[in-house]
Amino acid sequence: MKFSFSSEQEEFRTNLRRLFAERSPTKEVRRLMETEAGYDREAWRKLNAELGLTAIRIPEAYGGQGFGFGELCIVLEEMGRALVCAPCFSTAVLATGAILNAGKEAEKQALLPGIASGDTIATLAWVEDNGRWDAAGTALVATRSGDGYTLDGHKSFVLDGHTADLIVVLARTAKGLSLFTVAGEAAGLSRRALKTMDWTRKLARLEFKSVAANLLGDEGGAAGPFARTMIEAAICLANEMAGVAERLREDALAYAKLRVQFGRAIASFQSMKHKQADMLVDVELAKSAAYYAAAALDEGDNDVDAVASLAKAQASESCLQTAIHAIQIHGGIGFTWDNDTHLWFKRAKSSEMMLGDAHHHRELMMQRWVA
Amino acid sequence: MSELTEEGVRNEVRAWLEANWDPDLGLIEWRNRLIDSGWGVPGWPKQWYGRDLAPALVPVVEEEMQRIGAIGVAKAGIRTLAAATILEHGTDLHKEKFLRRILTGEDTWCQLFSEPGSGSDVAGAVTRAEMRGNKWVVNGQKVWTTSAHHAHYGLLLARTDWDQVKHKGLSYFILDMHQPGVKVQPLKQMNGHASFNQVFFTDAEVQPEFLVANVGEGWAVTTTTLMHERRGADGLRAWAMGSDKQGRAYDEERAEIATVMEPYKWYPQRAGRVDLVLPRAKETGAIDDPVVRQEIAKVLIMSKAAEWTARRARAAQLQGRPQGPEGSLGKLVASHVARACARVHSQMTGAAALLSGEDSPMNGLIAEILVSVPAGSIAGGTDEIQRNIISERVLKMPKEPREDVDKPFRDVPRNIVS
Repeated sequence: MKFSFSSEQEEFRTNLRRLFAERSPTKEVRRLMETEAGYDREAWRKLNAELGLTAIRIPEAYGGQGFGFGELCIVLEEMGRALVCAPCFSTAVLATGAILNAGKEAEKQALLPGIASGDTIATLAWVEDNGRWDAAGTALVATRSGDGYTLDGHKSFVLDGHTADLIVVLARTAKGLSLFTVAGEAAGLSRRALKTMDWTRKLARLEFKSVAANLLGDEGGAAGPFARTMIEAAICLANEMAGVAERLREDALAYAKLRVQFGRAIASFQSMKHKQADMLVDVELAKSAAYYAAAALDEGDNDVDAVASLAKAQASESCLQTAIHAIQIHGGIGFTWDNDTHLWFKRAKSSEMMLGDAHHHRELMMQRWVA
Repeated sequence: MSELTEEGVRNEVRAWLEANWDPDLGLIEWRNRLIDSGWGVPGWPKQWYGRDLAPALVPVVEEEMQRIGAIGVAKAGIRTLAAATILEHGTDLHKEKFLRRILTGEDTWCQLFSEPGSGSDVAGAVTRAEMRGNKWVVNGQKVWTTSAHHAHYGLLLARTDWDQVKHKGLSYFILDMHQPGVKVQPLKQMNGHASFNQVFFTDAEVQPEFLVANVGEGWAVTTTTLMHERRGADGLRAWAMGSDKQGRAYDEERAEIATVMEPYKWYPQRAGRVDLVLPRAKETGAIDDPVVRQEIAKVLIMSKAAEWTARRARAAQLQGRPQGPEGSLGKLVASHVARACARVHSQMTGAAALLSGEDSPMNGLIAEILVSVPAGSIAGGTDEIQRNIISERVLKMPKEPREDVDKPFRDVPRNIVS
């Protein structure tokens, strides 16, 4: 279903929107973003247990609900809209994706039920100080030691890396790219929360000194599963960004209708109306691309890699442009800390860059689609 | 008709086409046969050549026609707008007299709305129609009139009451173009084509029965025509392509396209020719230039996202759900795509973009894109008017204060030119 949602999906969205609005009002977003963890573990456990958010796309065999990316992307879009502060993208998209794509049966049996139940908060650590989003930037080394492996090196830009219970790590061995799992509290692992521009998205830098790790999947066999995980992540993020962009657009519209200058609502000025029309175009294009891409994942399209980059590039441009317009429409008040617009602006900005900006994904799309 | 399934419709039309389609029939004869079957315009009422088919199922019929290669009713040009308007607002006499000959392609039409003094503000028309004796007499000037030089009839918006407020003093007529009081002059465009005309009326006549709706209700009828124009903007492009197949009907269709569709032959270029972007990128080697690759990718992304947005609107329609805002964005997005295409085409063409005609790439086609794209964001409602429509109707933003709606039209300031 690339162009529409089923009535069940629409109902699911409506429920999520209502619940997230209740549980994640801006006051709560502001409270959580001031904390180092960035979320409230108990509140998240409760919300997740109620809605099964991390279980959605995990197959029933591993304690999940067995839905597809269509449903997961609805969750992410609505979380983007409400700016829900929770370790959902790290756990349900990145770590879950890496485990499902790379893991052997026994590994999936061991790791996924905890994620599905909400007990395990997990993430994927692949980027290093060089800031490269692809595997080529990976220098962290894994060496065989006895029955297991030890990791040495560092990772950075790790989403929820300082709070995750389980960290999936991309590393190099003599046989090539490999994935490993590491406990958050493992000896030799030091974690430092990074100071982020977007306070609702917490990142960490991790130092590995002879950290004991378990191999996930085959040694030297991570390139394919990792690439697949990145494709899924780009599509999921594009959907989250669609929610962020639409919220920014709607809030700016509501403000323009309220704000009076020169004796008229500013929404009655053509300069505002034309800007809003352009914002609607931007947001709808981003939604169309994101929805299409999520369905392309579920339907197993051959060109899903190109479509993923298309959707991420469109979302990067649309979401940030919408955020820029939204601040502008709010005027001076929009530049204040107390006004909420900057929260979504910063999420738009950080999402623009995360997993690669529009430039990066346009080039990827061309390589994948054309040559 | 909601119980009709896609498969049922497909089977029925397929069987009918297999039994009836014959490329060696005369074009008019075939179209008459098609019209009598109801498959020519299946979405129309049964009473008037159709089958009352749900709009969502109409594409199924089109697909089957294309599959077998059958020629459809005459859909190209302004006559489609005339048909839609007559269907909605016309009398039985209008329907009886005009609809079949529109569908067979025997009659062509033009739209007499815009004037030198009223472009975006179509309701500012000052061409006057006055009742003299027992007929309407028309004086004034229209402009941007596509196909006026060969049209049999025109859809005329004229002012019948100057003491009424602007939108209430207008009436809508069907005007016979072949009469002494109508003079047509071609208007040469910046791309060298002359699809448009100026039309001058000097005591041109309209019989009273060819008033559409009531006196003073012309604006509502005009709105219907314009709505169909915006909706059909993409359709015109598709229908301008003839088939290269053999058979009398195909020959006659090619002749029809060569004449009736002549004004539209640059329309694909006006839309930017996104289909040529990749072939040209490979041909010129621009595909290897990382800077141009970015621009190419931008065009392809925008074009795909635009296509998927239109598909979302169609899917909503198919499911009988209210269409979201995605249904109102097509024309504005098409302008963006066209402009982005023009930019990338010229980037890829380099110095040769200075040339035109046979000295330039693709025998002038690329040059034609570069000088035709500016029309797309003007014709059929400018981008600015589209933004007004989107912001007012979709986003419910307030209208600008107006100076022209609270007084008799004769007191409204207007351009000197008319």
